[in-house]
Amino acid sequence: MRTRERWVLLAAAAVVVLVLPALNALPKGSPLHVSDFTLNLFGKFLTYAILALGIDLIWGYAGVLSLGHGVFFGLGAYAMGMHLMLEIGTQGVYRNVLPDFMVWNRVTELPLFWKPFYSAWFTLLAVVVVPGVVAGIFGFLTFRSRIRGVYFSIITQALALCAWLTFNRNAMNLGGTNGLSGFKTIFGFPLNEAATQRGLYVASAIGLCLAFLLCRAIVRSPAGKVLVAIRDSETRVLFCGYSPAAFKLFVFVVSAVLAGVAGALYVGQVGIITPARIGVLPSIEMIIWVAVGGRGTLLGPVVGAVGVNWLQSLLTTHYPDLWILVLGGMFIAVVLFFPEGVVGTLQRAFGRFRRVSRDFRFDQAGGERPPLLPQTPPPPRGPRP
Amino acid sequence: MKQFLLALLLLSGLAAPAAAQAPASAAPPPEIVKAIAEVASSDGAVQEAAAVALGKSGDRKILPLLEALREGSVFVRPLPGGKKDTVIVGDKVTEGDKTLVPLFTAYGREPIAGADGKPLLVDVTTLEEVSSGRSLRLAIRPLIDAFSGHAQLADPDWTVRKGAATKMGNSGDPGAIPNLTEALGKEKDRWVRYELEQAIAQIQLKAGSDAERAAAATKLGALASEDSLDRLREVAADGGAAPPVRQAAADAVKRVERWALLTSTIQIGFQGLSLGSILLLMALGLAIVFGLMGVINMAHGELMALGAYTTFVIQGWFQAHAPGAFDYYFLVSLPLAFLVSGAAGFALERGVIRFLYGRPLETLLLTWGVSLMIQQGLRLWFGAANVDVLAPKWLSGGIPVMVGLQLPYNRLFIVGLAVVAVTGMYFVLFRTDAGLRIRAVTQNRGMAACLGVRSRRVDAFTFALGAGLAGLAGCALTQIGNVGPELGQNYIVDSFMVVVTGGVGKLAGTIVAAAGIGGLNKIIEPGLGAVFGKVAILVLVILFIQRRPSGLFAAKGRYADS
Repeated sequence: MRTRERWVLLAAAAVVVLVLPALNALPKGSPLHVSDFTLNLFGKFLTYAILALGIDLIWGYAGVLSLGHGVFFGLGAYAMGMHLMLEIGTQGVYRNVLPDFMVWNRVTELPLFWKPFYSAWFTLLAVVVVPGVVAGIFGFLTFRSRIRGVYFSIITQALALCAWLTFNRNAMNLGGTNGLSGFKTIFGFPLNEAATQRGLYVASAIGLCLAFLLCRAIVRSPAGKVLVAIRDSETRVLFCGYSPAAFKLFVFVVSAVLAGVAGALYVGQVGIITPARIGVLPSIEMIIWVAVGGRGTLLGPVVGAVGVNWLQSLLTTHYPDLWILVLGGMFIAVVLFFPEGVVGTLQRAFGRFRRVSRDFRFDQAGGERPPLLPQTPPPPRGPRP
Repeated sequence: MKQFLLALLLLSGLAAPAAAQAPASAAPPPEIVKAIAEVASSDGAVQEAAAVALGKSGDRKILPLLEALREGSVFVRPLPGGKKDTVIVGDKVTEGDKTLVPLFTAYGREPIAGADGKPLLVDVTTLEEVSSGRSLRLAIRPLIDAFSGHAQLADPDWTVRKGAATKMGNSGDPGAIPNLTEALGKEKDRWVRYELEQAIAQIQLKAGSDAERAAAATKLGALASEDSLDRLREVAADGGAAPPVRQAAADAVKRVERWALLTSTIQIGFQGLSLGSILLLMALGLAIVFGLMGVINMAHGELMALGAYTTFVIQGWFQAHAPGAFDYYFLVSLPLAFLVSGAAGFALERGVIRFLYGRPLETLLLTWGVSLMIQQGLRLWFGAANVDVLAPKWLSGGIPVMVGLQLPYNRLFIVGLAVVAVTGMYFVLFRTDAGLRIRAVTQNRGMAACLGVRSRRVDAFTFALGAGLAGLAGCALTQIGNVGPELGQNYIVDSFMVVVTGGVGKLAGTIVAAAGIGGLNKIIEPGLGAVFGKVAILVLVILFIQRRPSGLFAAKGRYADS
């Protein structure tokens, strides 16, 4: 059973990592050709899936609902975006070394915190470290004082609001409302070429596979069991001698780092990052991907992130007014009717099917059907005293 | 010259009431009769001189003639015996192929009756039009302005009088001083007097003798006139002015600035209070529901938006069906907003939330979904743009409390509403049976249910009450902010911060937290700007929670950690 699951996952990974880009490389006329647009769209969905995996790790397993993951996604995306901005060099509209929006805002000198982002290595490091450190500090302060449940959710939502307000400011020198855009190259490869986009897609797909493996390792480790225990009864875990705060902090940082990496991969493929992607609404939308897919399973967030966003891109092109209503309806339906999400519900249905089919086979063999409930004889009753 | 003008003014002031008593019998003084005849002259220079003379006379009955000259509706009527009469014509009436016009006297614009006692209608072709050239019209304009300023200074509405005084002060026209002085003599209202004195001093500062200018500067300083600050600074920095004037101006600037610091401090305090009141109105409903049921209601902001849109709809109804009673629409909206939002809250609780007790994170997501749907519904129904909600007359303007400090009525109203809402809440919770049941269920649901409290019913009632309070907050918000589909989103995070800081299910905590966060916000804002102010508040709240993890007024005992 374990081996079969492994084969299925490997096959899925192969399709995502190898087959789709290969189909994209086919000539345009071929019936199996996947267009650049579609591949790009799926690349974006895969980065969302990485993000959703991180959210699932902290919400589905540790039971901590963070409504501020857009911030970590944004930190990774902005770190990468700043490097890409600097890579434009003098090819911008104003032919200036500075990014266009700084020229526009009459900034004459590159702000100090931009300078290290000339280095690609520093940028890659920052993509991981900046969200991690921010999450570490924030998580340390909140988990240490045992802020949990809805309190934590509300505080993280306030964090998302503050980040959104801050990134919107021109004074931050991060492009204000318009964000960072107009990138030309990534590590020297031109972004408008199909081959570069294909490469970014493959990087996202591999990133997703690695993130999946990382999450699986964490979930299956003893620490993962403690996380589930924290979700089910934090007080009991505390009384057993564990420190829930440390475990939660660890998983919060891991999840923030995954979000940051997702953001960095996102920027290259979408070509723009604005504060609108890191505010309150996108942060809570990320939660619904996980909820729809099925929290507490590792496949769920991947399915949810790709599925919900696919639906969104279909609906917003045809019925733009309807999408928000559908999104709201999804929140309600998932909570009321499918608390386990698509994957969880299917797994349960499949499990039941397997049980029934096993029973059926048992019958065919002519044997006795196992009882539905364990049959223990009633305790002997003595005469009343 | 000045004394002469003053005398003329006084004379006209005396003449006006007399004329009002017996309008028909008042005959114009001879020099005015002469000027009225000359205005109709074909010589532009004579016309202008006559018009100026009329204006200088200060007789208010001349105003219609001047206005008519500007519009070109002054005509000359031939009288029997070769005499000519200057008249004002009214709106044209077409009768057959003739165009008839009613006639009015040039002095006082009274209708001229014909032989039969009815208003006289004359064929327009029998009259001779008085031409009014551009230079004449230009000459007349300031005369009319002076008249209207003068008239406004005697208006029964004190805001109009005040506005007129400010305008005259700004014009810097020395000719206005006698008018102002006269008005000052009669004025009783403290704020209009202030404005009049300020206007006189401003004019003198601009165009007086050196002694007058120095005195005016000192006076403006004593008045703590912030409006004149720029002018005083200019005078203080003006190298051409006499040293005593400059000195006086510099002293005055210092005085005004000191006063401005005081008023701005009070202003900040008041703004903090009013922001705190809004937060309180919103957080009150949230806090009760959260304390009772552990439900985080993310749709609270949208329930508030429902209240605001209810106000908008009621306003539209009043505009269409009862424009006369428009000023009272707000009084009707308040209870209706409460009811609409309360009903929506009741439906929400009965429809979905009751299935999710004990699962706070799930209710959070669910209510967020509801909020998205309500928001989009409002957007589809009313449009994505903000809608206009007009303030009723009694909520515009404000009470001047001290010089340079006016407390707007709408903000005062919101503070009052918050006080009423809190008092009402206290009354409901601590003085009624329903409140007793709410408190019992909040403290121990199972035990309360065992003792016969129908806890599910209490839940629905409380949720509706909280939602109704949100509607009330929304209704009040229409008076100070934009009404749009995103109304709720702008405040929801702030009100959650209040609930978190205040502690769960404690009214006192909510009140203190709302006032504290509102006040801090306004204190930090001037230094850091609105955005970083908000960030600073978040940091402060997180640090605060380090010290007191369950809020200001934490529940104690066994049920504190359930």
